[in-house]
Amino acid sequence: MQKNFTQLENFGHSLSAPSYLIKPKTTEEIIEAFQTAKKEGLSVNSRGAGRSYNDAALIGGGIILDMQGMNAITAWDPQTGLVTGQPGVTLEQLWHKTLPDGWWPPVVSGTMTTTLGGCLAANIHGKNNFRMGTIGEHVVEFTAVLPTGAEVTCSPKKNGDLFYAMISGLGMLGVFTSITLQMKHVESGLLEVHAWPAHDLHEHLSLLLDNAPSYDYIVGWLDSTHGGKGLGRGQIHAANYLHGNEDPNPQETMKLENQILPPRIFGVFPKSILYIFMKPFANNLGWPLVNIAKYIASLPRHTFRQSHAAFHFLLDYVPNWELSYGRGGLIQYQSFVPKETAEDAWREMLALSIKRGIPSYLGVTKRHRPDKFLLTHAVDGFSLALDFKVTDGNRAKLGEMLQEFDKIVLQAGGRFYFAKNSETTAETAKKFYGEETLEKFKKLKKRCDPNGLLESDLYRRIFE
Amino acid sequence: MRIHVSTQPKLAQSTPLHPKRRGIIVGASTGMGAVLAQKLAKEGYTVALLAPQKDKLETLCGEINSVEKETRAFAYVHDVTNYSEVPALLRKIVADLGGLDLFVYMAGVNYPPGLENYNFEDDRKMVEVNLIGAMAWLSPVAEMFQSAKAGQIVGISSVAGDRGRIGNPGYNTSKAALTCYLEALRNRLTRHGVNVLTVKPGFVKTEMLKAAQGATPFAVTPEQAVEDIYKAMRRRKQVIYTAPIWRWIMLIIQHIPSVIFRRMSF
Repeated sequence: MQKNFTQLENFGHSLSAPSYLIKPKTTEEIIEAFQTAKKEGLSVNSRGAGRSYNDAALIGGGIILDMQGMNAITAWDPQTGLVTGQPGVTLEQLWHKTLPDGWWPPVVSGTMTTTLGGCLAANIHGKNNFRMGTIGEHVVEFTAVLPTGAEVTCSPKKNGDLFYAMISGLGMLGVFTSITLQMKHVESGLLEVHAWPAHDLHEHLSLLLDNAPSYDYIVGWLDSTHGGKGLGRGQIHAANYLHGNEDPNPQETMKLENQILPPRIFGVFPKSILYIFMKPFANNLGWPLVNIAKYIASLPRHTFRQSHAAFHFLLDYVPNWELSYGRGGLIQYQSFVPKETAEDAWREMLALSIKRGIPSYLGVTKRHRPDKFLLTHAVDGFSLALDFKVTDGNRAKLGEMLQEFDKIVLQAGGRFYFAKNSETTAETAKKFYGEETLEKFKKLKKRCDPNGLLESDLYRRIFE
Repeated sequence: MRIHVSTQPKLAQSTPLHPKRRGIIVGASTGMGAVLAQKLAKEGYTVALLAPQKDKLETLCGEINSVEKETRAFAYVHDVTNYSEVPALLRKIVADLGGLDLFVYMAGVNYPPGLENYNFEDDRKMVEVNLIGAMAWLSPVAEMFQSAKAGQIVGISSVAGDRGRIGNPGYNTSKAALTCYLEALRNRLTRHGVNVLTVKPGFVKTEMLKAAQGATPFAVTPEQAVEDIYKAMRRRKQVIYTAPIWRWIMLIIQHIPSVIFRRMSF
């Protein structure tokens, strides 16, 4: 056991915990790990690509099942668009397999390195949440192994209660072993993207709200370092699939080589070292300058065509960008607030962060719709994701401010997303999930995991 | 196995903005161990405290948790000569703590036989507690840290291990061997990113000092010793003496030729 002791980190490099790492290749090996855990009195957590910004994929002192080794795509039908894969299959593997046949994942995260298992556990959303919902809504069926050793197959019709709880269940009810997903048919490898500036928060949210119905995707960049009258200013990007003969040569644009993100800028500068040059800007002086430049560049409205990969996977555009935040790493604070209350809540939060001298360096907004999953994070409204740099000097005051943010969001009827938020308390979670939901979840937990073997550091923080 | 003493039911979780390092102190109930436990808790550690005396551990944990206003100290009753229970207990503690960043071996006994006497039973006990107990703990801890490529080990040895003297051959031996074992671990582990700190206290005003015969120059309080240890931990030092002056005293003593040293009453 001691020889597998491994220091693991979250995506933002802001938290680490050592665990005994096991890399299962088969369902039997997962069951074996559960038996070991029970014998040794240890907890178990499964981990995919480790792209959560918080403690969802950590369990200090416990056993981590690294699922990346179970990454076979076991079935692909280009006629129906149904794909079946093991939980370690990444979104990158998935679209590489299906796009040449004209299919794209119905929902993707901002990075393509995430695994199917992780995507289901967090029930991820994309820039099309208002239209396509979360990834769970496109899962046709999955199988999972429970800590008892039992295997279950779930679909919306079969074991429906488990289906809606394990997707969004943060990996705390069982471990996915096979996932079948309905892909989305596309007629081109390109999207038509429209970009407009937003001059303040009111305009920003109105643009999202009013334009969402006419687009397949919509996302906003918010200049979170800018206060005053222009607070909430930024840029909206909205995109549509191309249909019919809008793309004169779809066979060509759907080829992988026309999607893959270029490793160099202008064909010369290697992007793998770009984060080093971002480091000097990752402070309260540098980022506002970057944001001003970005805002000025965003002022003219324009329309362009972009590959699916380039439009969606911004987080992969600069490899290791998260290292530019330095030793303390970064955290992300994402709140989901109903459309009626979002503007006031975020105005208060953004103003507070600027006043306190701990502005977020990057803000991203999206349009959302509610879903039926048990631990849902979605609302009929918007989300705002804020990246904060963590330093030895700002921990205490940032922590204090985020507790105030939580209060504002709760007051506004908002919710949180546990692929992201790292500081939410059990008390806050109880408030937005509601007693009834948590009771339901606990009942299922007892049924699937009577010995309480599955635990993450997130679970210990929020649910225990 | 665990006696859990706290005002709150569960351990305070580590988060990016409220990070907590995790430490184990073996030999924590009295003296330097107890003071170090309080110091580490104050500096943001969650600590597992081990000693054979249940009452003292419970009191200490209760104190720490009430001062910190959250569960930051756990207690485990353990006799370090119970070697066979160590690996399982270690895994249990690491699971309870949610990881491990620091391991401190503080347990030690000192039974001076008197100049005219020889006492194998006492010598054996000193070697068992001071050395073999340390090896029983440090070998699985070192294995974990080497694998994780992170961690810090602090071993409390003694100036007594720097030279064999007339007063207490058994104690000298146990500490000399511990110093050597820690040095070997350091040479193994530094390349894996693990720091091994050997602490060599002179006289520290604890229960153990009462066993000392004769003068006790440069004696420090446990608080002063712990300050020195913590500072050295932060700076990831290799070997320190506390009080620091012992470095120079021992440098001289180590170089006294045997022809003189064996005639000294020191």
